[in-house]
Amino acid sequence: MKKNRRNEYLLLQGSEACVRGALLAGCRFFAGYPITPATEIMELMSWELPEAGGVFIQMEDEIASLGAVIGASLAGVKSMTATSGPGFSLMQEHIGFACMAEVPCVIVDVMRGGPSTGLPTLPAQGDVMQSRWGAHGDHPIIVLAPASVYEFFDLTIKAFNLSERYRIPVILVADEVIAHMRESVILPPGEEFELEERPKPTVPPEWYAPYEDRGTGVPPMPPFGEGYRYHVTGLAHDIHGYPTTRSDEVRVLITRLFNKISKDFHLLQWFDSYQAEDAVVTVIAYGSVARSALRAVREGREKGLKVGLLKLKVLWPFMRRTVMRFLETSAKVLVPEMNMGQLSREVKRVNQGKCEVINLNKVDGTLITPEEILQKLEEIYP
Amino acid sequence: MTETTHIIHKYLRSSKRFPHIWCPGCGIGILLGALIRAIDRSGYSKDDIVLISGIGCSGRLPTYVDFNTLHTTHGRALTFATGIKLAKPALKVVVVMGDGDATAIGGNHLIHAARRNVEITAIIINNQTYGMTGGQCSPTTPFGTTTSSSPYGNLEPPFDICRLAEAAGAVFVGRSTVYHARLLERVIGKALHKDGFSVVEVISHCPTYFGKQTGIDSPVEMMKWQRDNAIRVERAKGLGEEELRRKIVIGVLVDREAPTYHKEYERLRARIRVKGNAV
Repeated sequence: MKKNRRNEYLLLQGSEACVRGALLAGCRFFAGYPITPATEIMELMSWELPEAGGVFIQMEDEIASLGAVIGASLAGVKSMTATSGPGFSLMQEHIGFACMAEVPCVIVDVMRGGPSTGLPTLPAQGDVMQSRWGAHGDHPIIVLAPASVYEFFDLTIKAFNLSERYRIPVILVADEVIAHMRESVILPPGEEFELEERPKPTVPPEWYAPYEDRGTGVPPMPPFGEGYRYHVTGLAHDIHGYPTTRSDEVRVLITRLFNKISKDFHLLQWFDSYQAEDAVVTVIAYGSVARSALRAVREGREKGLKVGLLKLKVLWPFMRRTVMRFLETSAKVLVPEMNMGQLSREVKRVNQGKCEVINLNKVDGTLITPEEILQKLEEIYP
Repeated sequence: MTETTHIIHKYLRSSKRFPHIWCPGCGIGILLGALIRAIDRSGYSKDDIVLISGIGCSGRLPTYVDFNTLHTTHGRALTFATGIKLAKPALKVVVVMGDGDATAIGGNHLIHAARRNVEITAIIINNQTYGMTGGQCSPTTPFGTTTSSSPYGNLEPPFDICRLAEAAGAVFVGRSTVYHARLLERVIGKALHKDGFSVVEVISHCPTYFGKQTGIDSPVEMMKWQRDNAIRVERAKGLGEEELRRKIVIGVLVDREAPTYHKEYERLRARIRVKGNAV
């Protein structure tokens, strides 16, 4: 992949855009296991990474894939993996490890119908709650949801930036349609993207405490092999990284893990809105459903309905602040999802009776169409 | 003795709150000593070594030593090791696992790491039981043994870890007991210098749990058993299967050459660069 200095006009598949974004962000390690509909990302990486000076490896399963990714990241290399539902279930163990040990990494989950083997080639949004709470125990997480080929490119770069900035695994949930769809896109030159690197220690090794909060909540992280010999564990640990069961030390650790993200909630309000400012009924959607919703809203406006769209790009941490703003100005909110109602539960949680929240759910492997959303909008329009 | 202690203290982490978690009479400490001496003699610096473990009593081993240390998830230590070695091939990657860790929950990772032949030294300390959780039977517990989870006797035959590793493709396979501490040190030393995936099985004992269940709960008795039942590989070569039944063959069992993954990967990268230039 050549470095471009001008805008590139391309017809790209979502998976290709993801890979381009990852390489631009500096990803130089990929470990994965074949699974529909995420295999394209792995295959493309197997072509691109050796040439880019990086490492590609196909592992024996998804648990091993994320293990290798975390290992490579500890060695100082930006790393990622990609999978779908069944593989994502296997990865939960190591997502928890990466949260606890604070190892930056990016995980792409191309969502297909579930549960279990489910619908391997058909779209769904059933992993929204799993992406938040799939790993056991209280842990912070960041989850992004692209709704177009360009967004898949852009959010992959941002996923790497966030994971480096906060030393946290960042998950991209794209439904099957977003990964397989082809769209024409304009990719700006690489220089236009700001890339972030994990904080590095400025103190000499003998003063370095790997999990000490020096004010930012995110301790500096040197790669293995450069003089800072420290301990990394999935056990609760003290500021030196050593296992501890002392409540005063455990409390500090877990609280910091949450605070490093929650202090920046205001920076993670990424959304697009369309005619939502004066909307009586607002549609809140993400992923490919947001595309159908956009058309439904346009057609609704043509029919004289004051409807609008709020498209969420960050699913977790839930954009409470942004969503609340629209809940306050709308009479009703419609949440269409290709699941039995996962993100709508969050909308209802922050709503607290401000307005009426209505679900539109579909779990049969087909997309929610603009007509279905428009019909529902007309039905509920006050 | 003074010299041995001196070497060990050079590598122990003074900042870690000792004492360690292992029971009195445990074999892991003997392994740790042998490992430190082998590394000290190998010429690798502390910064070169990444010491990785899984979960269990053996999982705590890296905590105490002054290397780049990583305590991973149960059975998955080799996957992290693979990522580290491929991302930074200059590092010397050593993995310590228990028998349950390496051959039950991590069995798949073990055979694939051996097949793939990434340069990692895997040390498997085999005490035939899950010590940390209270002495349940493991894939290396002998048939018929009474344990916490086989109160009527274990119905499963055990794995032979060395034969498993050999069949899966490990280029170096060695075995020692913790009784044979000097041999253990030498075998680990050879494994550290092997180009490719090397496995060292360390026959150990768990006086606290395995001993309690089997009636031999003195570490001394257990180590005497190791002494009396171990047989050097050179001597074992002339013996038949019947004579080797229930014997522990110790020494270097496999030492062969095969292309290593990370070097093949380097070649692949060079090939692509050449092809790219030609176009």
